[in-house]
Amino acid sequence: MKVHTLSVLVENRAGVLSRVAGMFSRRGFNIESLAVGTCEVPEMSRITITVNGDDTQIEQVKKQLNKLIDVIKVSDITYREHVRRELALIKVAANPGSSRAEVMQIADTFRAQIIDVGAKTLVLQVVGPPEKIDALEKLLRQYGVKELVRTGTIAALRGSKTTAGE
Amino acid sequence: MKTGAKILIEGLLKQGVTTIFGYPGGVVLPIYDELYGSPLRHILVRHEQAAAHAADGYARASGKTGVCLATSGPGACNLVTGIATAYMDSIPMIALTGQVPTALLGNDAFQESDITGITMPVTKHSYLVKKAEDIDTVLGEAFHIAGTGRQGPVLIDLPKDVVTNEAPEPKPRGEISLRGYNPTFKGHIRQIEKAISMIGEAERPVIYAGGGVIASDASPELIRFAEATGIPITTTLMGIGAIPCDHPLNLGMLGMHGTRYANYAITECDLLIAIGARFDDRVTGRIQSFAPNAEIIHIDIDPAEIGKNKVVDLPIVGDSRMVLTCMLDRLTGRKERTTWNNKINHWKVEYPMSCPDDGVLRPQLVIKTLSDLLNGEGIIVSEVGQNQMWTAQHFCFRHPRTWITSGGLGTMGYGLPAAMGAHFARPDLPVFDIAGDGSIQMNIQEFGTIVQYDIPVKVVILNNMYLGMVRQWQELFYDRRYSYTELPSVDFVGIAAAYGIDGIRVDSADQVKEALTAAITTDGPFVLDFRVEREENVFPMVPAGAAINEMIGGQKE
Ligand SMILES: Cc1ncc(C[n+]2csc(CCOP(=O)(O)OP(=O)(O)O)c2C)c(N)n1
Ligand SMILES: [Mg+2]
Repeated sequence: MKVHTLSVLVENRAGVLSRVAGMFSRRGFNIESLAVGTCEVPEMSRITITVNGDDTQIEQVKKQLNKLIDVIKVSDITYREHVRRELALIKVAANPGSSRAEVMQIADTFRAQIIDVGAKTLVLQVVGPPEKIDALEKLLRQYGVKELVRTGTIAALRGSKTTAGE
Repeated sequence: MKTGAKILIEGLLKQGVTTIFGYPGGVVLPIYDELYGSPLRHILVRHEQAAAHAADGYARASGKTGVCLATSGPGACNLVTGIATAYMDSIPMIALTGQVPTALLGNDAFQESDITGITMPVTKHSYLVKKAEDIDTVLGEAFHIAGTGRQGPVLIDLPKDVVTNEAPEPKPRGEISLRGYNPTFKGHIRQIEKAISMIGEAERPVIYAGGGVIASDASPELIRFAEATGIPITTTLMGIGAIPCDHPLNLGMLGMHGTRYANYAITECDLLIAIGARFDDRVTGRIQSFAPNAEIIHIDIDPAEIGKNKVVDLPIVGDSRMVLTCMLDRLTGRKERTTWNNKINHWKVEYPMSCPDDGVLRPQLVIKTLSDLLNGEGIIVSEVGQNQMWTAQHFCFRHPRTWITSGGLGTMGYGLPAAMGAHFARPDLPVFDIAGDGSIQMNIQEFGTIVQYDIPVKVVILNNMYLGMVRQWQELFYDRRYSYTELPSVDFVGIAAAYGIDGIRVDSADQVKEALTAAITTDGPFVLDFRVEREENVFPMVPAGAAINEMIGGQKE
C-alpha cells in the first residue's frame, strides 16, 4: 500500500466531479484527498487525487478513470520528480497570557501565518506537503484544535515538463 | 429553424435508426408529436423496462445500436433495469428520456428525477442537453460512444423546453472526435508476436471466448484461428454462438454450469487464451484455482479488464476481430498435440452433456427437441434461471447473435421484450423466448405489444411452478427449505388467450414435438406452457466458492 498522487485533466463540464467521485466510491477505492480547480486550458479542469492502494489497485484506478469519457488524461506522478503542497487553516485555542505565546512560536517554526486573532483563538494558515500539516496539527492538539480545514493536496511536476503536454 | 424534437427525430433517421421502442408522457409530448406520421417506426410497449430490453435485444440481434424512449420521472426510472442489463453485457444502446423544463430542474418539479445521476453507474456516458442547438451534436457523440470501443448504453436527458425550442438546421456531422475517448482497436504487434510464440510452445492450450467476440463480429476469424492452430474453444454464456455447437473444437460453455470437459480443460491447460472475456466469478469459480497451471494471454478492447480479476502474462488491448486477423496473418506451422487432444476427447466421451430419455417431461427434452426442429436457424432468447442454463447447455447454436440472454445482470423479465426487439432486427428469423414461469410474469404485459404489432414471438414456458434456480440452491445448500420459491399454477394459455394469442398446454413428454411444431408453423405469436418435472436441477454445477473442476452432477449414471 502506498499513497499515489494522480493529476487528472478533465472536461470542465457539469457532473464531471460526481462521475469521478462516484467511480471511486462504487469500486471501493479510497480517496485520501481530492482537489479540483480550473487550469491553464479554459475548457478543462485539473483534479489532483491522492489515493491509497497497492500497485494492482492503483492500476485499476487509473484505467477506470481513463474510461470516463470526460477524463482527458490521467498522470500518475508518484514516482516522478514533483512538488506537492496543501494549505490548511487551523483554529486553535490560545488564551492570552497562557498558551498564546507558545502557539505563536510553533506557528513561527512551521512558517505558518496567523491570519486571525480572536479573543480566545488564533487561526493559523500553513502551506506544505501534507505530512507537514499533519505534524503541525499533532503539535497543536494539546492546546485544543477547534477547527481544521484542509484543501487537499495539489501537485506539479518539477522542471519544464507538465502533466498536460508529454 | 426547427424544433428540438424535429432535430432529434431527423437526427435519429440520419443515424440510420429505423425502429425505436418507447412509452409516452407529459414532457415527451413534443417528441411524440414529431413521431406522428414520421418514417421512424415507434413500438409502443406496455412498460418502459420492456422498451429498454427491446432496444437491447434489437442491438444484440442486429449488431446495431438500439434506441428506447421514455418520459421523465417514473418513465425514466422504469428504464433503469434495462439500461443496467445492457451495461453489464456491453450492449450498444441509446436511452432517450424526457425531463422537466430547464427552468424547473432541481426544484423537485412534477415527475422530475435526476436520471443522469441515477444511471451514472450503469451507463457508458450520459448527457443532460441544455439547448436545442446541442441536440444533434450530442446525438452524434452518443451513437459514437455507444457503438465503438467497449460498447454500452448512453443516456440522453431532454428537458421539455429543449425539444420545443427552435434551433438552426444542424450542420452536417463531420468525423466525431472526443479528446477523452480514444479506444484502441489494433493490437500491439510485438505483443501479438509474443502470443504467437507462446502458442507455438504450448502443449495444452485452450481458448476462452466471451461476448467480446460476438460484439466485434469476430466469429469467422475465431473459428479460422482455432482450426489453423488446432486449439479447442470454450465459450462463456455470452460467447455462445461464436463457434457452432457441434464443431469438433467446441468444448461448450465453461464455468458454474459449464461442461465438465471445458472446466477440466481449463484446469489442466498450460496456455489460456482469453478473447473478449472478463474472468467473471460465474466463469472462474474460486479464482486462485482457475487455470492454475497456465500462462494467460488476454485479448480485450477494454484495458481496464486486463488484470482486473486475474493476473495475466500477456495483455493485448484491441478489438477481437482485428487482433485475431493479425494473429492469423502471422501464424506459421501448426503444432500437433495428440496427447492433449486425446485427453479432451476422452473427457467429452466420459462426461457428455446429456439428458435422460425416460419418458418424463423434462425441461432439457423441450430444449433438445426445439433445437432439433430448428437446426440452429432461429433466434433464441431466454429469461433467467434454470430455463436459461438448460438452453445454454442443450440448444445447439450455430451462428453468432442467435443467442440472446442477460448474462451479467441476470435480469428476470428480460426475455420477452428482448425477443420483440430481436424480431424487429431479424424479421426473417423465427424468434423464441425460453421462459420460466417466474420470469415470464415479470414482463407478461408485453403480450399486449406482441398482439398490437403482430410480433410472431413464440414463448416457451418451462413451467416448474417454482423459482427454480433459487429452489435448486435451497435444495442443495439450504437443506431443502423452500423459503418463498414455490409459485402457484398459472393458466398461461388462458392469459395468452385473453390477449388474443394462441397457445397450448403440454403435460407429457410425447406431446413435446407436436406442440413445438405447432408453434413453429403458426404465423403469429404463440405461447407454450410446458408442465415440466418440477424439481429438475441444472447439472453439472460448481458450488459457489469451489474450483471449477470441483463439479457436482453431470457424470454418467
Ligand atoms: C429481477 C430478478 N429478480 C430476482 C432474481 C433472482 N433469481 C434468479 S433465478 C430466479 C428464479 C427464476 O424462476 P423462473 O423464471 O421460474 O425460472 P426457473 O429457474 O424456474 O427456470 C430468481 C428469483 C433475478 N435474477 N432477477
Ligand atoms: Mg420456474
